[in-house]
Amino acid sequence: MLVEFGHFALVLAFALTLVQCFVPLWGGLTSDERLMAVAPPVSVLTFVLVLLSFAVLTAAYLNSDFSVLNVIENSHSAKPLLYKFTGVWGNHEGSMLLWVLILVFFGALVGLFGGNLPKDLRAVTLSVQGWVSAGFLLFLLATSNPFARVTNPPLEGGDLNPILQDIGLAIHPPLLYVGYVGFSITFSFAIAALILGRLDAAWARWVRPWTLLAWCFLTLGIAMGSYWAYYELGWGGWWFWDPVENASFMPWLAGTALLHSAIVMEKREALKVWTVLLAIFTFSLSLLGTFLVRSGVLTSVHAFATDPARGVFILALLCFFIGGSLTLYAWRAPMLKQGGLFAPISREGGLVLNNLFLTAACAAVFVGTLYPLVLDATTGEKISVGAPFFNLTFGPLMVPLLLAVPFGPVLSWKRGDLLAALQRLYAALGLAIVMVIFTFWLWGMQKVLAPLGVGLAVWVMAGAISEIITRVRVFDVGVKRGFARLTGLPGSAWGTALAHFGIGLTVLGIVTASAFQEERVQTMRPGDTISLVGYDVTFDGAAPRRGPNYTEEVGHFTIRQGGTIVTELDPSKRVYTARQMPTTEAAIHTTGFSQLYLSLGESRGDGAVDVRVYFKPLITLIWIGCIIMSIGAVCSMADRRLRIGAPKPAAKSKAAGALPAE
Amino acid sequence: MTRKQRRLTLIGTAGVVLAVALSLILVVLRDNLVFFQSPTEITEKAIPPGQRIRLGGLVEEGSVIWTDNAEVSFKVTDTANTVAVTYKGILPDLFREGQGVVTEGVIGPNGVFVADSVLAKHDENYMPKEVAEALKAQGHWQGENAAAN
Repeated sequence: MLVEFGHFALVLAFALTLVQCFVPLWGGLTSDERLMAVAPPVSVLTFVLVLLSFAVLTAAYLNSDFSVLNVIENSHSAKPLLYKFTGVWGNHEGSMLLWVLILVFFGALVGLFGGNLPKDLRAVTLSVQGWVSAGFLLFLLATSNPFARVTNPPLEGGDLNPILQDIGLAIHPPLLYVGYVGFSITFSFAIAALILGRLDAAWARWVRPWTLLAWCFLTLGIAMGSYWAYYELGWGGWWFWDPVENASFMPWLAGTALLHSAIVMEKREALKVWTVLLAIFTFSLSLLGTFLVRSGVLTSVHAFATDPARGVFILALLCFFIGGSLTLYAWRAPMLKQGGLFAPISREGGLVLNNLFLTAACAAVFVGTLYPLVLDATTGEKISVGAPFFNLTFGPLMVPLLLAVPFGPVLSWKRGDLLAALQRLYAALGLAIVMVIFTFWLWGMQKVLAPLGVGLAVWVMAGAISEIITRVRVFDVGVKRGFARLTGLPGSAWGTALAHFGIGLTVLGIVTASAFQEERVQTMRPGDTISLVGYDVTFDGAAPRRGPNYTEEVGHFTIRQGGTIVTELDPSKRVYTARQMPTTEAAIHTTGFSQLYLSLGESRGDGAVDVRVYFKPLITLIWIGCIIMSIGAVCSMADRRLRIGAPKPAAKSKAAGALPAE
Repeated sequence: MTRKQRRLTLIGTAGVVLAVALSLILVVLRDNLVFFQSPTEITEKAIPPGQRIRLGGLVEEGSVIWTDNAEVSFKVTDTANTVAVTYKGILPDLFREGQGVVTEGVIGPNGVFVADSVLAKHDENYMPKEVAEALKAQGHWQGENAAAN
């Protein structure tokens, strides 16, 4: 009964979104305030209904209700409680329900907190959000009903894919979806602006917090997914350029570009047409990602089930939204007035450069991801585009971008002076060069690119720090006043500095972990020792162990450094009982920012086992950098000017603060 | 600078960056495409040694031999032809005799395929799509649903 209630709530939500599609749009076009006023309550009500339906599905999982097909296929009564809960979205239907829940949640947020928006903009934005919601609710109801029942309920379910039985499933999909789907709001704002034919600096100020919010979560979601793959798959890799990873990375690149172009639009009213196009692209790439992952064109851990009907349905949605929005753009964009002028060397110019490189990099990832699919669909030829392609295209495009990052914030608006900017960055440049020399001295000349990569990362990080120092002018005003100025800096200044520092950290982690990683693969018998960068890894033996829904063979290793025991590690091979599926559980020892990574391979009988040992220097910086970038986004969101309730902009003070100190 | 010059500089820079990016993408793409081949295709076509390919099929029953130091050799079959493969490293969890597998590497001078990556991932029912189609081509395939679920 409860399950039918959940299904019914979903149907009702769909009906409501249809109202949300048409009524506020008509009100916005005819300036009818009563019709426009329909949008906020309807958007909130839709959210409540989808939330109810999500709660019902969760209850079915927690009670192991094996009369529901979805629960049978993805749950088991012996599964730990946490995984019963997270298993709700560990399957196609449930994860689409989560997707829609977040979509309508964002709609409800605009409904609730959009009180300071112009009435017609809010109404039309919510109407566009209604279109997207209606499309995906229909998709759920028509092809992926999570509430389907079976007539003869079995006694036991088929259990959740063991790879997904991990805390990562509790964190990664929700974060990623908030990011992915969060860009729908930016998209709706852009479409609404095109429909209303009105696009000004205020629009950019309303859109930026939403973009920041989505970007912040997407960054965390991707980082979490990367760390999860790193420790769960047992291969020691943290990024595979897998199409599914690229599916989330493309909206991130476009979103990062959008974040920067929106600044130009907010401050200088330039790049309007481009910003709107980026907003459309970013969400289109999110939709494309959803299509790639959910339609089953790719076989991966994320493609829970393949059903041609679903693929076709999402493809149709994709064509409708992307095609529709681009048509609208082609028709309406020429009517938008172009704003502020700027010289090529200026803050605007820097941000344009950022956008150029980010979109080019995004295009490279796009080609590499989609080319095999397109070729297969058109000629039937099977190819794959591997990691080398992405490394060789994405890498070179990132280098000039990263070189330019520290310049951006120190250039002034409208017309900048490159030499003066460089003068403010002497310290950062010096530090970067010292680091390059130091790395060469440490590792010798056999690796040329890696020390330069380290220098690049340090350049970006030091640039971010020197930006804060110059702003505070601690050398001119003294420590005490400097501290006062430090706390008085606007949130967006902190946001920029932290985000840039974070990307530098991530790059540093990527460079050191890929270039200076040490690896040994060896068959070990009890008592054998592998030596690796000063660590002696001794295999003491393996023993079986039982978990709640699996059995495992645990290897015991003692790690010594110069004879003293550092730690003991227990990597294991598990077999999950219900599906008889093996998994590898790596064991990781973190020292400083580096990690020692152990995973087990095949057992050879007589107690011998294949062991893979990695030492990954500074690898945790990759994810720490992402966290710092997200903190930067939060700081920017906290900036007074961007606060969603802020009535009047105080943009002047920031622009004044950014002028060169000299 | 006049308005027109500024616009030209902007468009010029954009054009240069995009042109460089595009040519980079095309050149690198041409050199990094890895074609999927079934054992039959490898047997019939003369593939130059050193060219990277993806080889997919079933791991032949009884063909897996563990040599020392984490090395393994096995045979990949599409039931009509087989290709011998060697690999050093840790095999994925789902690597088993009789199961589908995709390996990537180059053909050595003695005709043995030297793999540097072996994929058999994620799901016990997972059958790489290419493998499924290669098997279908040999007439040994039962139903779509066994492949991807």
